[in-house]
Amino acid sequence: MSSVSFGAAPLTASRIDWSPYLIGAGIGILSWAVFYIVNTPLGITTSLAQLAAGAAAPVVGWEAVAANSYWAKQLPKLDYGTLFLAGTLLGGLISALLARSWHVETVPQVWAERFGPSPVKRYAYAFIGGIIAMYGARMANGCTSGNGISGGLQLAVSGWVFLAAMFATGTLTAFLMFRSAS
Amino acid sequence: MFPVTGTAALALAVVFGAIFGFLLHRGRVADYNTILNQFRFRDFTVIKIMLTAIIVGGVGVLAMKQAGLVQWHIKDADLLAVALGAGIFGIGMVVYGYCPGTALAAIGGGSLHALIGAFGMIAGAVAYAYSFDWVKANIIPVGRLGKVRLPDMLGLDAWTIFAILAVVALAAFMAIEKHGAARRVS
Repeated sequence: MSSVSFGAAPLTASRIDWSPYLIGAGIGILSWAVFYIVNTPLGITTSLAQLAAGAAAPVVGWEAVAANSYWAKQLPKLDYGTLFLAGTLLGGLISALLARSWHVETVPQVWAERFGPSPVKRYAYAFIGGIIAMYGARMANGCTSGNGISGGLQLAVSGWVFLAAMFATGTLTAFLMFRSAS
Repeated sequence: MFPVTGTAALALAVVFGAIFGFLLHRGRVADYNTILNQFRFRDFTVIKIMLTAIIVGGVGVLAMKQAGLVQWHIKDADLLAVALGAGIFGIGMVVYGYCPGTALAAIGGGSLHALIGAFGMIAGAVAYAYSFDWVKANIIPVGRLGKVRLPDMLGLDAWTIFAILAVVALAAFMAIEKHGAARRVS
């Protein structure tokens, strides 16, 4: 069992297990295409921040969003980046449907082994983790995609500093969270 | 002819995004278990995918750049902001179990906790927007190197760096696969 879940059981889970080298090469070749065809490297969080401005607007008002010094330079709009986000979600959906592995996952196996089967606990950590990850990604001006892969492949110093710092604190955090598990 | 702009680029955004999400999902990195086990050194799928993507992508983009077909898109190396931000990001990624791109692909694949974490990401972006003036004044100015690349900093040719990277990656992959095979047998 790969996860505590309900809905359609993963029938052919082995089919989603493509070689990571093939996947990596595919993402590399996708990078050639996006540099050449649309002149826009792969990236997620800049557009996600734009969406956040859109999400905040109904609460704080458009004037407050427009007056914010950060959002002033990236007001929410339906542009290349936000549609790329929609595409990424769609790609995950298509892959899962084609593999007949689509199912609602509430508590993944590795989490359940350490922290138990409570979905509420997983949701709380996911929400808090999401806040922390996004805050850090904005400060670093990019996430694993925009800084790590796109920056890394251009041999940008920012990309390699990002990768080193991310793996360092990520490894430490995983150690602290899971140390009594084994 | 290139780059494509306007409405055609918007259509391509969905196509390219879908290919990206599809690859992330098929590579099992739109999966909490795979990501966490990378950080616990029990599964090296994440590092295999990232290093291969960087080397394959980097060699092709470098060749196209030298042929005058593409432009660089280098982010500012604001050392404190990037290092501190990435450090915070690494903590968040492990607590969440996804990075932003893999989270989106995971939501497509049916991960409810990835979806809930995405609302957290929206909240984190709002928090950043409201603290931006302070970050801009106190964090971003520290260690500003500009749009600098490793070849400039190390004094090495970009092709040489990729050759070194490829050798290191190949050695690491072979060691990982050998270790994995040994563990499967035992």
